[in-house]
Amino acid sequence: MSQADITMQGHSAGMLTDRPFAIPTKKLAMWLFIIADTMTFAACLVAYGFLRNGTPNWPRPFHSIVNVAVMTFILLTSSLTMLVGVQTAKRGDKAGAFRWTMITALCGIVFAVLHIREWLGLIGEGMTLFKNPWGTGLFGAAFFSVTGLHITHVLCGVIALIIVGLRYKGGRYHADDIEVVGLYWHFVDLVWMFVVPFVYLLNLAH
Amino acid sequence: MTTIAEEKHEGMRKYLIVYLCILALAGLQFVIAYQNISASQMFRRMLSVSLIEAGVAVMFFMHLWSEKRGFLLFVVVFTIFVLLSMQFGWTDSFRLVHCGGYCS
Repeated sequence: MSQADITMQGHSAGMLTDRPFAIPTKKLAMWLFIIADTMTFAACLVAYGFLRNGTPNWPRPFHSIVNVAVMTFILLTSSLTMLVGVQTAKRGDKAGAFRWTMITALCGIVFAVLHIREWLGLIGEGMTLFKNPWGTGLFGAAFFSVTGLHITHVLCGVIALIIVGLRYKGGRYHADDIEVVGLYWHFVDLVWMFVVPFVYLLNLAH
Repeated sequence: MTTIAEEKHEGMRKYLIVYLCILALAGLQFVIAYQNISASQMFRRMLSVSLIEAGVAVMFFMHLWSEKRGFLLFVVVFTIFVLLSMQFGWTDSFRLVHCGGYCS
């Protein structure tokens, strides 16, 4: 009995396709991770919305949109630089792809620095996980949880970009690997598109 | 007949247009934030803009549009189904705010 016969036992030939959806395995794995992570962020944002909706004295502590606007611009621009990196890698330009991947990582670092600076400002005004000077103490827990989860993803993305970029430059990784890490980076950007309006803009002090 | 350089230029032009669209949509959210409307109206408008923004990013930045249709359907249908399933508890948040959780 051949190996193929053993594998086929109990299954019709149509069930055994070696590449589901005809995309590379790493890319499929990244998509499945993104779908799972979407659920994590969605659950966090739904919980945040539930608390905000059900709490009468929800604080509106944000007086300026400048910082969050700059952060948004940087993150959106980093998605473009990532795209350029992926396209450059697919053309086989290793130095160019590495440069654009590092520029993307640098954007991520700037974003994280601005985010941490904002956190420190809020902490300096008396906001902690359980209390703040403006209203319900739930705000701090909700704000730090949602934005903390996001910044963790950004920092993990920066580390992944640097590692994959260096390994691609060294010849251990291929253009497909840059594309896979790029998918993750776009996802981090995508989550921010929901965090900004719901966590920042709906809590602007008018 | 187009050359590789022209195709590359065309591809980057497409991404640049998508990037500018997303940037404009993000800007629109900041404009909505300063409109003199109720919180629920503001929420609905911002959610609509966010969904369009995310849709454009997923389709073009993440290249879902150029994947096989079966994969696109799998990602979109599965994700939307689970996201909608998460929304069952909203009415309870209105109960909390209107009667402190003591009415049914």
